[in-house]
Amino acid sequence: MRYEMRFSGSGGQGVILASVIVAEAAVAEGMNAVQSQAYGPEARGGLCRAETVLSREQIWYTKVSRPDFLLALTQDSLDRYARTLAEGAVVIADAGLTLPAGADPSRTLLLPILATARDKVGRIMTANIVAVGAINRALGLVSDEALREGVRRHIPSGTEEMNWKALAAGAELVSDEDAARLRRTAD
Amino acid sequence: MPSDLIHKFMRIDHLPHIWCAGCGNGIIMRDVAVALQELIDDPDCRVSREKTVIVSGIGCSSRAAGYMDFNSIHTTHGRAIAFATGIKFARPDLEVIVLTGDGDCSAIGGNHLIHAARRNIGLTVIAFNNDIYGMTGGQYSPTTPTGDVATTAPYGNIDRPFDIAQLAAGAGASFTARGSAYHARETIELIKQGILHRGFSLVDVYSACPTYYGRKNHKGGAVEMLTWQRDNMVPASRYYAMSEEKRRDKILVGILTHNDFPEYTQQYAQLLERAREGK
Amino acid sequence: MERKRVLMQGNEACVEGAIAAGMRFYAGYPITPSTEIAELCALRLPQVGGRFIQMEDELASMAAVLGASATGVKAMTATSGPGFSLKQENIGYGCMAEIPCVIVDVQRSGPSTGLPTSPSQGDYMQARWGTHGDHPVIALSPSSVLETYKLIVRAFNLSEKYRTPVIFLMDEIVGHMREGVELPDPNDLIINKRHISYHDGANKQCYYVPEGKYVPAMKPFGQGERYNITGLAHDVSGFPTNDPAVAEALYTRLMEKIDRNLDDIIRTEQVFMDDADTAVVCFGGTARAAMSAVLQAREAGMKVGMFRPITVWPFPEKQLRERLPGLKRILTVEHNYGQMVLEVRRVAEGKVPVDFLGRLDGTVISPDDILGALRRTEV
Repeated sequence: MRYEMRFSGSGGQGVILASVIVAEAAVAEGMNAVQSQAYGPEARGGLCRAETVLSREQIWYTKVSRPDFLLALTQDSLDRYARTLAEGAVVIADAGLTLPAGADPSRTLLLPILATARDKVGRIMTANIVAVGAINRALGLVSDEALREGVRRHIPSGTEEMNWKALAAGAELVSDEDAARLRRTAD
Repeated sequence: MPSDLIHKFMRIDHLPHIWCAGCGNGIIMRDVAVALQELIDDPDCRVSREKTVIVSGIGCSSRAAGYMDFNSIHTTHGRAIAFATGIKFARPDLEVIVLTGDGDCSAIGGNHLIHAARRNIGLTVIAFNNDIYGMTGGQYSPTTPTGDVATTAPYGNIDRPFDIAQLAAGAGASFTARGSAYHARETIELIKQGILHRGFSLVDVYSACPTYYGRKNHKGGAVEMLTWQRDNMVPASRYYAMSEEKRRDKILVGILTHNDFPEYTQQYAQLLERAREGK
Repeated sequence: MERKRVLMQGNEACVEGAIAAGMRFYAGYPITPSTEIAELCALRLPQVGGRFIQMEDELASMAAVLGASATGVKAMTATSGPGFSLKQENIGYGCMAEIPCVIVDVQRSGPSTGLPTSPSQGDYMQARWGTHGDHPVIALSPSSVLETYKLIVRAFNLSEKYRTPVIFLMDEIVGHMREGVELPDPNDLIINKRHISYHDGANKQCYYVPEGKYVPAMKPFGQGERYNITGLAHDVSGFPTNDPAVAEALYTRLMEKIDRNLDDIIRTEQVFMDDADTAVVCFGGTARAAMSAVLQAREAGMKVGMFRPITVWPFPEKQLRERLPGLKRILTVEHNYGQMVLEVRRVAEGKVPVDFLGRLDGTVISPDDILGALRRTEV
């Protein structure tokens, strides 16, 4: 089954890297993955979007049309991308954002991703790693080892401890009940 | 009868050359050949014929590459220095000599000239500077003096001219010099020094185009144009002995800038070392 | 040795494949969406003893690559639409002087600055006709990250074998996407070395070609034999000529060295074509949506196949012509306003109707778009 994921926010929040890390971890687990992003002037501060498609089968079409998962770190990105969700799609959005019509509250987690990065991890720039930790906890995509490997390949050496802390802090944002409810059934 | 020099360093099957009677280019090509002969014949000098590549662009001057019996490449208009950069960077052990003209190296190829000078890559550029586009029949070039006429400046040229040697010096060339068709012996020495210099070197050599420039600007034929060079251009030995006032309307034949900035391919060799050590 | 699966970007696969093919010289100028190729070459080439230089402009990059190749090193540059236009004069020089090299063009929308970061296949015709004058062109176009790696090796091989610049026509879809790939062991790759001498001793003229052959050997500069290279029409000794017979012999040989070797040069991917009554013709990144649409059409009972030129120039004329008897229609899909479709129509000669689906708004043609077009053209 094809699983379409969209990662969105504003430029500089690292949503592209978040999508790359998830794809990297999935490939390490033996899945097929295709990652792409919308480039453009908006990538320097405005709306920013990246996409990852996962499947056990060959992936032909590389883009996401009706995402099964949406990460939104800003109100703009949530408003825009909540419109095109697939049925039963899971949304993870930053706490404090207002859920627009079209998103199913029972399939949505509003998590303090930016605040956790800033206050608990101590660096706002780790928000994307916090998000990845939360996403994997909620969806159960890959093993913790594969996820760490995905992160490790894309961070400067010497920042590992901070990033492991960010991953763990992200996972802690998702309760066992939420994880059980939202976890992907098909792959 | 061709001289020994011509037998040894010219492709005599491809002579006579295409240049007009009285053109200064033949003299400058000979200067280059003599400079190379003297360096190649010197057992203590690194220059060898097999490891010398002559690169040219497009224009009257650029035909010189084909006449000279070395590895030679006659490239596209303006790009000689860029081709030469590829050759030198790929094979730093080669002596790469660019034969170019004022239009080729300071108009269409001006960007490559200033950037090769800035990098200080070890090329030797000999600009055959005749103040005009000869191959296409006498259009004004970046070195045509203001006020002169050309087929594309029938009412007089309103552009200000470039001084190619100063241009290269301003862009960071570590060796710049000026020669002339008249001052053959001095020019040969300057070319030799340019070749031996490790970094980027440029020798701006005043040629003479009686056909399209001299005749149309009342500067006479070949004899008058060379006489003008004799009377207005002064070799360094005499130039610096002159009073400042006397120098004012004279043009120096000699070295303008000479320093030992690090050469580009040598810098790259160090970069390779760093990359190998993983730094 | 166990090969590991890794996530790799198309532009990255282009660089790794080129290095595996023996590329050791890169000259370029930054331009989206090809910039990652320059950045990776700057990082990777010094690690393998190669040379990277960022030139002052696109024209200089192409010139430096040709100069480097003349000394015997495998050389590459990468660019996108506007830079590809600027490189054309020197690409023509490479064709005329027969200097091997690879030019990567990660296409973007045009004309002019266009949509710099959006997918496009607008350089298909420029790849063929971008230079002035007549000469054949070899252009290859990959549709996946893994194919990018393997195909750039082939681009270098063809370049060396036929002594010609080869254009590697990528697009933003393939260049910027990341896919999980298991790269082949570099030791398993077939790598053509430059043919530097015929060793018959008899004829040292630099463009000498023995009877029955089309491609002269190429001795690198600085290795003994002195010779002349020029962009003027030249004789076998490499010197300019105005002799009509000599010029004609040169132009004929330049055409024939490609035209007489089409079976060696041309590759296509053909899926479900044996029983297809409808062919979707596409190339490069567009094939991803096309393949998805073809699979869905098959599930819906439609007899649709995909015909994908991998060698996009010369156009696989014979291969498409062989398919015409079984076809009732052809749908050509491209991210432009109709370029390869002109070739498809030329080959179809009115025997099979040819429809076109194109787009140039910066968004990607989706499988639904293609399915819709397939249904619309259904009789």
